[in-house]
Amino acid sequence: MKILIKGGRVINPATGRDERADVAIATGRILGIGHVPADFQPQRVIDAAGCIVAPGLVDLAARLREPGHEHEGMLESELNAAAAGGVTSLVCPPDTDPTLDEPGLVEMLKFRARKLSLCRLFPLGALTRGLGGEVLTEMAELTEAGCIGFSQAEVPIVDTLVLQRALQYAATFGYTVWLRPQDGWLGKGVAASGAVATRLGLSGVPVAAETVALLTIIELVRITGARVHLCRLSSAAGVALLRAAKAEGLPITADVSINSLHLTDVDIGFFNPAMRLTPPLRQGGDRDALRAALADGTIDALVSDHTPVEGDMKALPFGEAEPGATGLELLLSLALKWGADSGLPLATTLARVTSCPVRVLGESLGSLASSAGQLLPGGVADVVVFDPEATWTVEPGRLLSQGKHTPFAFEATGTALPGRVRATLVAGTVAHESLEARTG
Amino acid sequence: MLHRRNPQLNRHGELIHLLSIEGLPRDVLTHILDTAGTFLSVNDREVKKVPLLRGKSVFNLFFENSTRTRTTFEIAAKRLSADVINLDIAKSSASKGESLLDTIANLSAMHADMFVVRHSESGAPYLIAQHCAPHVHVVNAGDGRHAHPTQGLLDMYTIRHFKQDFTKLSVAIVGDIVHSRVARSDIHALTTLGVPDIRAVGPKTLVPGDLRDMGVRVCHSMAEGIRDADVIIMLRLQNERMSGAMLPSAGEFFKNYGLTADKLALARPDAIVMHPGPINRGVEIESSVADGARSVILPQVTFGIAVRMAVMSIIAGNEA
Repeated sequence: MKILIKGGRVINPATGRDERADVAIATGRILGIGHVPADFQPQRVIDAAGCIVAPGLVDLAARLREPGHEHEGMLESELNAAAAGGVTSLVCPPDTDPTLDEPGLVEMLKFRARKLSLCRLFPLGALTRGLGGEVLTEMAELTEAGCIGFSQAEVPIVDTLVLQRALQYAATFGYTVWLRPQDGWLGKGVAASGAVATRLGLSGVPVAAETVALLTIIELVRITGARVHLCRLSSAAGVALLRAAKAEGLPITADVSINSLHLTDVDIGFFNPAMRLTPPLRQGGDRDALRAALADGTIDALVSDHTPVEGDMKALPFGEAEPGATGLELLLSLALKWGADSGLPLATTLARVTSCPVRVLGESLGSLASSAGQLLPGGVADVVVFDPEATWTVEPGRLLSQGKHTPFAFEATGTALPGRVRATLVAGTVAHESLEARTG
Repeated sequence: MLHRRNPQLNRHGELIHLLSIEGLPRDVLTHILDTAGTFLSVNDREVKKVPLLRGKSVFNLFFENSTRTRTTFEIAAKRLSADVINLDIAKSSASKGESLLDTIANLSAMHADMFVVRHSESGAPYLIAQHCAPHVHVVNAGDGRHAHPTQGLLDMYTIRHFKQDFTKLSVAIVGDIVHSRVARSDIHALTTLGVPDIRAVGPKTLVPGDLRDMGVRVCHSMAEGIRDADVIIMLRLQNERMSGAMLPSAGEFFKNYGLTADKLALARPDAIVMHPGPINRGVEIESSVADGARSVILPQVTFGIAVRMAVMSIIAGNEA
C-alpha cells in the first residue's frame, strides 16, 4: 500500500532532522521525505497538518501477559494498545507462564504478533530455566527463535556464581543480559523505605536493595565483559553507580519507567493500590536524579513498564495488591510531559523513546538495526503521527489495554496529558488511526 | 498529583470513620477524650448501658486473631445498646477463598451499621471504608504495622488522667517500634496533643533511624531513653521476633531493654508505666514493675472501654 503523510513536521531524533515535509511510503519502506516522486500515486493520504511525524516508539519493557495470564492481557489487546500509543516495537520480558525458556514458545509469540501486524515484538528469553536462577537456558536456540537478549524479569539470581556464569556464557556469544538490579533479600518489602513507608507501616525496600545488586552486577561485568542492560533504575544512588560505570567504559545501558519518572512515594496517599509498583516509587530526590539522568543520556531509554493487572488484584490492601500499571498508551504523553517540564528540545525527548532504545537493542535487531527508531529514506516505515498540542484525560475504562489500572487516571491526578496519537504505521501499514486522521 | 481529603472525615471535618490518628485535628482528639470521660461513669452504674446505639448492628470483623481487643469492643458496643456480631474471619470466609471486598459486600447486605476491623495488612480498613455503603462506619481495631487508633486514644486518656497537661511531658516508648501499630498511633497522638519530647527506645533492628521522620528522638540506650521520663510505654515483643535476625534472644533483650525497678529509678519519681498488653513478664517488663505502684496497666484497660464507647458513639452520630 502506498501512503502519503502530508503536511506534517518531520522529526528524526537520531539525525536532528526537523522540518515540514511530506513522507511517501511504499512496500513497507519510506520512499522519500520531502522529495516525493512526481509519479507517486498514494492509495491513502494521511493529513498531518499541525502534527509531528516521528519514528514509531520503541518500548523496552512491556508485558503482554501471554502465555499464561490471559485474564490480565492478551496479545491482541495489548498490541492494539501499543499501536494506539504510537509504539511500533516492544520488548517483552520472559515472566510468562510457562516462562520464555523454550524456542517453541518464542516462535509462537513472534508468529502470532506478526499475524496481527500491530507492533513488532522482540521477546527476551529467560536467562535461567523457569527463571529458577540455577540452570542456563539454551541461549543460542532462543536467539535463533527470535530472542533479542536474556533476562531474569523480576526474579533476582540469588546465587552469584550462577549469575557470573550466565554473564560469562552470554558474553561468549555477544548476547545482552537484561537485569533489574534488586537484591532478593533486601527487596522483599512493598514500598520504598522512607518517611511514607514508616508512617504507613508498610514494609520497606531500601535503596541498598538496588545499590547492592548494582555493585555486584557492575563488578561481574568488569570481570566477564558481558553486555548488560539495567532495567528500571529507581534511585539517585543507583544513577550515580550507573554514571560511574559508564564513565569507566563498561558495556552497560539502562532504562527508567514512566512511573518512577513522574511519581514519588508521597503519591501512595491513603494506601492507593494503583501506586503499588515494582520497583517501588521512591522520594523526590530520586525522581529528580532519574529525570536529570534521562535528560543527559546517562539513562538511555524511557519505558512504559506496561503491566496489565486484573481488576480484582488491585482491590486488595496495598501490600497484597499485585504490582504494576498499564502504560503503553501513556508512554508518548508522559515522555512529552517530562520533556516539556525539563525544557528539552522535542527531538531529544523523542530520542529517548525511539533511537536511543534502538541503540540499546543494537545488533540483536539484525537488518532492522540500521533504520528502526529513525525516519530515513529507504528505511522501515515505522511511523507515528501525533498532535503535540492536543491534550487528553486518561479514563481507564477507555484504554484499549486489558489492564485498566494506572496512577495517571484523570480522576486521581486532575491533570490532562499532552500529545495525542493520530496514526501509527508499522512496516508501512496502518496499525492504528484516530478519527481525525481519516481524510483520504 | 491530587490528594483526596482524609477519608475518615466528612466535608464538615467531622469524624465518620476512625482509621488512623494521623491527620486528625487536636480538637477531634480532645472531643473523643472528653466524651470518654462522660462514659466512664456508665461503667460504674448498676445498669451499665446507655441507649445511644440502640437498634444498630456492630460487626466485629477480625481477620487476625485477637481476644482482648475484640472483647473490649464488644463490651463497649453492648454498653451503647448495639447488637454485636462477632466474626472470626481468620477461620471462616478468608480460608474459603472469599475476597475481602466480597466479605464486606455480603455483610453490608445484612444491614451492618458499623464494622470494627482488625487485619494483618496495613491499610486494609481504608480499602473497606472506601468500598462500603455510605452509611456504614469503620473503626480500625489494628491494621498491620500501621495503626491501632483506639489503643492510641486510650493511652492518651490514661496519660491525661494521670498527668493532665501534655505540653510539658517526656514520653518514652520502648521496644519493637518498627513493627508496632500501637507505637505509631501513640506517636501521632502525642505529637498532635503537643508533647514536646517523645523518645523511641530500642536496638537499631527494632528502632531504625527512619523513625525520626515521625517526630521522635531515637535512643538506642535504655538509660538515655528513660532518664527523667514522665511516661514510659513498654511495647509487647512478638514471639516471632524474640530470636532470629532481629534479636538474638528474649533474655538479651530483657537485659538491655527490659524495664526493671533499677532502670525505672532513672525516670522521674512520679513516672507512670504503661503497656498495651498482653504482657510478657521477664521479657519486656519485670513483674515487680508491672504490678508495682507506678504501673497503670489495668486502668488502661478500664479506660479502653470508655474510649471505644466514645469513638463509636461519635462516628455513629456523623453522616458521610
